[in-house]
Amino acid sequence: MAAHEAHAHHDAHGHHNHEEGFISKYIFSQDHKMIGKQFLMTAVFMGLIAMMLSILFRIQLAWPGEESNFLSFFLGEWAPKGVMTESMYLGLVTIHGTIMVFFLLTGGLSGTFSNLLIPLQIGARDMASGLLNMLSYWMFLISSIIMVASLFIETGPASSGWTVYPPLSALPDAIEGSGKGMTLWLISMTIFIASSLLGSLNYIVTILNLRTRGMKMTRMPLTIWAFFVTAILGVLSFPVLLSAALLLTMDRLAGTSFYLSDIIVGSEMLENHGGSPVLYQHLFWFLGHPEVYIVLLPALGLSSEIIATNSRKPIFGYRAMIGSILAIGFLSFIVWGHHMFVTGMNPFIGSVFVFTTLLIAIPSAVKVFNYITTIWRGSNIYTPAMLFSIGLVSTFITGGVTGIILADSALDIAVHDTYFVVAHFHIVMGMSAVFGMFAGVYHWFPKMYGRMMNTRLGYAHFWITIVGAYGVFFPMHFVGLAGAPRRYYDYSVYGEFNQDSYEMIMDLNEIITIFAIIAAIGQVFFLFNFFYSIYRGPKAVQNPWKSNTLEWTTPVEATHGNWPGALPEVHRWPYDYSKPGMDEDFIPQTTPLMEGEEEH
Amino acid sequence: MTKLIVLLVIVLGVLAIAQLVRLYELSSKLRDRREEDIPNRDNRLNATLLLVFVLALFAGVIWMMSNFGWTGRGEAASKHGVGTDALLNLNFVIIFAVFFLTNFLLFFFAYKYVRKPGVKAYYFPHDNRLELIWTVIPAIVLAVIIILGLKSWNEQTSDASKEAVRIELFSKQFDWTVRMAGADNQLGLFDYKLTNENNPLALMTTATIQDAIDSMENGVSGIHALEKKLNNPRLMFIPEDRTKMVLNLGRKERLIRLLHQMKARHSKSLDARAKDDIVFGAGDTLYLMKGQEYEFNFRAKDVIHSAFFPHFRAQMNTVPGMTTRFKFTPTITTNEMRVKMNNPNFNYILMCNKICGSSHYKMKLMVAVLDKSEYKAWYKKVSATKLFKDVYPVGKPKPVEPAAGADATAMDTTAVTVK
Repeated sequence: MAAHEAHAHHDAHGHHNHEEGFISKYIFSQDHKMIGKQFLMTAVFMGLIAMMLSILFRIQLAWPGEESNFLSFFLGEWAPKGVMTESMYLGLVTIHGTIMVFFLLTGGLSGTFSNLLIPLQIGARDMASGLLNMLSYWMFLISSIIMVASLFIETGPASSGWTVYPPLSALPDAIEGSGKGMTLWLISMTIFIASSLLGSLNYIVTILNLRTRGMKMTRMPLTIWAFFVTAILGVLSFPVLLSAALLLTMDRLAGTSFYLSDIIVGSEMLENHGGSPVLYQHLFWFLGHPEVYIVLLPALGLSSEIIATNSRKPIFGYRAMIGSILAIGFLSFIVWGHHMFVTGMNPFIGSVFVFTTLLIAIPSAVKVFNYITTIWRGSNIYTPAMLFSIGLVSTFITGGVTGIILADSALDIAVHDTYFVVAHFHIVMGMSAVFGMFAGVYHWFPKMYGRMMNTRLGYAHFWITIVGAYGVFFPMHFVGLAGAPRRYYDYSVYGEFNQDSYEMIMDLNEIITIFAIIAAIGQVFFLFNFFYSIYRGPKAVQNPWKSNTLEWTTPVEATHGNWPGALPEVHRWPYDYSKPGMDEDFIPQTTPLMEGEEEH
Repeated sequence: MTKLIVLLVIVLGVLAIAQLVRLYELSSKLRDRREEDIPNRDNRLNATLLLVFVLALFAGVIWMMSNFGWTGRGEAASKHGVGTDALLNLNFVIIFAVFFLTNFLLFFFAYKYVRKPGVKAYYFPHDNRLELIWTVIPAIVLAVIIILGLKSWNEQTSDASKEAVRIELFSKQFDWTVRMAGADNQLGLFDYKLTNENNPLALMTTATIQDAIDSMENGVSGIHALEKKLNNPRLMFIPEDRTKMVLNLGRKERLIRLLHQMKARHSKSLDARAKDDIVFGAGDTLYLMKGQEYEFNFRAKDVIHSAFFPHFRAQMNTVPGMTTRFKFTPTITTNEMRVKMNNPNFNYILMCNKICGSSHYKMKLMVAVLDKSEYKAWYKKVSATKLFKDVYPVGKPKPVEPAAGADATAMDTTAVTVK
């Protein structure tokens, strides 16, 4: 009922295609498509910066202590004589992680595609609140700028790892980066969280209230289901990170003892007593684990849509897919302790987390098998988007399976905080989500810019990226199994107790860095293609991929309000591809059911 | 100059790609091909590449497995570690089965079911039986993994036996100190407020409490000296310095009150526990006996560290303000391991595995596992010279200047002046 009233309201005001000024159209835009594009642009730049940082510290890992003009060019005084300093190494690692997880894969991924696709795919004129949506972007931009700026201050950026565990992050005497750099990190993250909450609330409200006539929850594309659950996860878990950050700020500024107890740092005996650093870890990972799915679910949603469209088949097990998204979302809240098996947490609580964590493998397995079955006997068309989606399923498998070792506390203690973990989460979360994002950009580029991206360049980009990324992250498993801890500036310590291991680690590190450089260079194909196509790409047609969802019923030239006439009405689910007895191999959601036709 | 050339090459490269793209677009236009219509040739090429890729991936994985082994760190050297490795291997069998099977199916289907002109995709929206199968099978496999894992976890984390030797590992930026329980197999009590140059591990005895009170009251930056300075009308301070001094004085006065309370509560009978503890400075080696169970008690002075024994498959964080524990029994001596690994220079090690500061990567402690007779000989030597009461001369008059050289590491890391 409420939904219908909302439509009436929107129809009344909806299609006034008045000319807007430059500022209200491109800068302080409240149009969801423009905001989505703003998120994407910012994310591309943030991703580029974070990738460059990783190349810098990979050079140190592969050729420790060797003079490099490249490093001195980029790092200046941070790399005296071309060798980066220890503290800068940790700073780069920290900011790389923070930007990739939060700014690229949370803000960037959800921000771009939730904004772009939610109103378009559910048949709404815009987000529930255009103003909050605009604020969400501007806060995201401000927090991005602050985070990047923190790289340039004299004492260096925050350098206690992207998890910023206190006491290290609370005590500037313990590490330089915990001074001003950490303050900027906290300010930036606080603004980021506010941005994320504004966005998420908007997504939830829009999905629940503004669906067009006939768009039942069970007729929504899986993209929307994924964005919906992601937004709920964000709303429930980000405030906990905010409180963790506030308590940390209090410990740093106001002399409280939430996380500090019985500490002597340098030569200073602190008074703080009774706090617990482990409390911070509980609060952090209460966000941190759902965060993994905040990153992953949108990517899975995008790829579900892309795989169905390009295999010309309905996604297999639509309801099971929704069920597994919901199950993953729910379980993600009760597994955070698996990051903390070695913190001295009560072993019994550890057992509970082992159980709940391994349960997540079930809905994940269901998703994988459903993807494979969708591709089976399809009529697969390899657009770059489809290739990246298949890549995503592969990395989701490869990274996911090692999770059963890390979820098993008895095994985790042998590989905790080693490169095995780095390999695991980079493949299952990093690669999968980045592949999902690339797939999304290639697929919805015509919707964003009204032009097509170049397919051949897309192929080159995909093949270099998947080979490079597997080449980077797969060998890391073996580095980790050899016992190499993460966040080490160099591994010379191995030379003192096991020369054989040392040589193996160094060999692998070199291979990894070379692949990383190749993968980074491969991104030039994307960047060129992206920016070139925005201005010079061939003009798109209305429904280039012959897709069923509503966004392809809008005109190529985007307008404020999305549909020039009345809002479309939905009669069927979005996956009627190659339905027997039909002429076309796709039936848009707006097509009424034929007489005697069953829905699905 | 090189920078200029590099820049030039990049610019030319971008221009070249741009020209290629233009060319490509023109030819597409000529052939009246739209960007979204993927030609069959491209489709088949990509399908083939997908299959080639997955085969290459498998080959690479098998090559790495055979080259680097299941675990590059050698056989497990502890009792529970053998179980860990067995479980790890079982997990790896499952993981590799799933990895090979699902990746193969994914890429093979992608290869096989590439679009063919005139062939329509098979409309197959769902199948309850299939979905049930791939929900139930993973559930059963996971149940087995969970049960085995939890069994092993319970064994690892159960309390150490009474016979287990108690060892404390004290961590700080960027080294480890070992304290081994003496003949009574009990570690002496401690409190961080007792830390001073005489007592870096902050052990609690009647004498160390008194010592801490004395050094906080007297000395260059003691309470008396601070009060005297602040009350001296002839001394001028920068306001910030004065504020700092006032704050420090306040903090010291509160801490000393706590020390007095500690003194009142302390029972002299507890002193014996600490006095016979054996203490090694940083840079020493942790000696263990083959077949002996050890209970490690972990402490941190400044930030979180993590005690990571890769060869014993053991790890535990050290947390300021909280004692954590882990137990294990070494089963292979260093010499035996050297033979097994065919590496005469091999040693066991304890590494820090939680980011703890800029020199995190250097924070380590060598570990040596001896057989019984070697261990006894070593123990006899250290128990004669390295007892706490001998190493740290608590209660004796302090030297006017810190003794240089003698125990440099202990000195610079333990000098505590409360600001």
